[in-house]
Amino acid sequence: MSKILIRGARVLGGEPQDVVIVDETITAVGTDLTVSSAEGAQVIEAGGQVLLPGLVDLHTHLREPGREDSETVLTGTQAAASGGYTAVFAMANTFPVADTAGVVEQVYRLGREHGYCDVQPIGAVTVGLEGKKLAELGAMHESAAGVTVFSDDGKCVHDAVIMRRALEYVKAFGGVVAQHAQEPRLTEGAQMNEGIVSAELGLGGWPAVAEESIIARDVLLAEHVGSRVHICHLSTAGSVEIVRWAKSRGIDVTAEVTPHHLLLTDEMVRTYNPVYKVNPPLRTERDVMALREALADGTIDIVATDHAPHPHEDKDCEWAAAAMGMVGLETALSVVQRTMVETGLLDWAGVADRMSVKPAQIGGAAGHGRPISAGEPANLTLLDSAYRGEVDPAGFASRSRNTPYEGRELPGRVTHTFLRGRATVVDGKLA
Amino acid sequence: MKRHLISAADLTRDDAVLILDTAEEMARVADRPIKKLPTLRGRTVCNLFFEDSTRTRISFEAAEKRLSADVINFAAKGSSVSKGESLKDTAQTLEAMGVDAVVIRHSASGAPYRLATSGWIDAPVINAGDGTHQHPTQALLDAFTMRRRLIGPDAGLGQDLGGKRITLVGDVLHSRVARSNVDLLHTLGAEVTLVAPPTLVPVGVETWPCEVSYDLDSVLPKSDAVMMLRVQRERMNAAFFPTEREYSRRYGLDGHRMARMPEHALVMHPGPMVRGMEITAEVADSERCTVVEQVTNGVSVRMAVLYLLLGGNEPAVTHPRTEEK
Repeated sequence: MSKILIRGARVLGGEPQDVVIVDETITAVGTDLTVSSAEGAQVIEAGGQVLLPGLVDLHTHLREPGREDSETVLTGTQAAASGGYTAVFAMANTFPVADTAGVVEQVYRLGREHGYCDVQPIGAVTVGLEGKKLAELGAMHESAAGVTVFSDDGKCVHDAVIMRRALEYVKAFGGVVAQHAQEPRLTEGAQMNEGIVSAELGLGGWPAVAEESIIARDVLLAEHVGSRVHICHLSTAGSVEIVRWAKSRGIDVTAEVTPHHLLLTDEMVRTYNPVYKVNPPLRTERDVMALREALADGTIDIVATDHAPHPHEDKDCEWAAAAMGMVGLETALSVVQRTMVETGLLDWAGVADRMSVKPAQIGGAAGHGRPISAGEPANLTLLDSAYRGEVDPAGFASRSRNTPYEGRELPGRVTHTFLRGRATVVDGKLA
Repeated sequence: MKRHLISAADLTRDDAVLILDTAEEMARVADRPIKKLPTLRGRTVCNLFFEDSTRTRISFEAAEKRLSADVINFAAKGSSVSKGESLKDTAQTLEAMGVDAVVIRHSASGAPYRLATSGWIDAPVINAGDGTHQHPTQALLDAFTMRRRLIGPDAGLGQDLGGKRITLVGDVLHSRVARSNVDLLHTLGAEVTLVAPPTLVPVGVETWPCEVSYDLDSVLPKSDAVMMLRVQRERMNAAFFPTEREYSRRYGLDGHRMARMPEHALVMHPGPMVRGMEITAEVADSERCTVVEQVTNGVSVRMAVLYLLLGGNEPAVTHPRTEEK
């Protein structure tokens, strides 16, 4: 029997308390639990650090199978654990595409074997992400992986009929379609946000309307067929307004925002450094502020990383030739602390809600995003919120280093992560 | 002046006037029987062209040779680049060979900036056109041509283009020439107006230091120079305009329209022209069209840029000492 006592942790940022974990379960939360409940326990002095439920990422690219040069299930889940995550949803755009039961079971099994973080595969909506023919969604759901989230992420399910059918079809088993909202014709040759900066830099524009028009269509489709829909990496002020309108109308829509869209703007592209190249692109200051407010007021439900590892050579080149995407698992909580907590927009309970409770609910990750109380699974993250330090990609557990935050000072550092009572991170290092 | 020439926006008014004045000196060399200066003897300049451009490449090459530089021409076609070698590896190869300056043309916007700032190479970088971003030596040669014709070769020395009204017409959206000219002409005090169908003006243009008009006829009478930009026929297929004929009717410069311009006003074109599309033969071959002169001036301006970035402190041109005696 393993027994752990976390002493003096500010549960969800509240007053310091002690938490006892026995095997996989939280058995007690309270003050002065030292004598009675925790005899023989391994003691972790939290010293006022913030205790959160283990984070859940609804949008991770683990790259395996196919692009093991950028990430594997092992390195990706190690990065996740380092960032405080206990569950990640692995996107389907692998090689081969996760559009069959076989591929999703492989990814699921690898996650279980490595044991750093629960891996819940996302299934492709259409065969080969081609947007033409529905993949065997039911087979993926019934597989050992038990897929409930489906997405062609990286590509938009742009055909309105295919999208409608997918939304309808997954109702049979409580699934949800996560849409990468990007009207393809409006974004041919797109390299960055279309606006003042793109006009100067002469880079092909990715207009906000290409995202907003798809979101508008899809919330109306969801309403029409009575399905729920999830919007990936929402990035514009206009998208926020559409989702807000949809929710006020009772449409079953949820939405995510990435950490980088909460912090960075298209001004960064002036460096032509492809580390800032991402899809959807970095937007304007006005968009950033609207996204933060929407996350605070619940219009945007969750933060999801869109962790997108790429090998060095895919970023060490001219902008147009570079791959899109940023790693994010190991910096997400810090960016949220900077943009949402230090600005007073969210308290730690709010962070727990947006980064653990809600994503677990949307994706149906059993045992994650639970309250920190006796009887609950011990999926926990301990955060030293007073820490300040520069981001050093050399210390990443991820196989890739394509972070836009290199050398930037960010607050907060995950010191411990527990997956069902087992420490995956101890004193900031992988266990 | 900065170490590299990446964007016309990097130049201050004084930088730009210095380049134009230096180019004027270089132009005088071109009138001598022996057109060569020893200034860059023993220095190696590489013309690194990832995109086809015979005109710009030979203009730089002529400039380099007149300054006695050793010239290496690296064209991407048939080279290792077409086999997948990266910009970085190419740059490092050139660095290892010891080039003293790199003139780069690339289809990707920002490639020269990347080359200059990424640490791949130490030599000064001169942008010879990148994607739809910038083409600073084109803007300089255009400004040089305007100053010579509107003010005068001698009277223009030390002068900017304050108060001159310059109109650029055509595919602004895809034009690095337009972006460079707006920046440089604004720096030199000119008033710039862009004329194009709304589809060929970028979203975000409102912050540019210029006016935008969709009506060519109303702008022509108020122009000291009208620069026609090339419009590629392919744009028609992407619905930027309905037909070639409609484009010509609304935005092309013909003899009738040219007559609306002030008597002294110039017609300019960065070349290559699409006769019958944005400009009629009548206009292209007229007295006030400076296309050929722009080509000549391009060599002088590029000599000036190379000299100022590489030549150090010695005077560019040794004058006969007769006045001093």
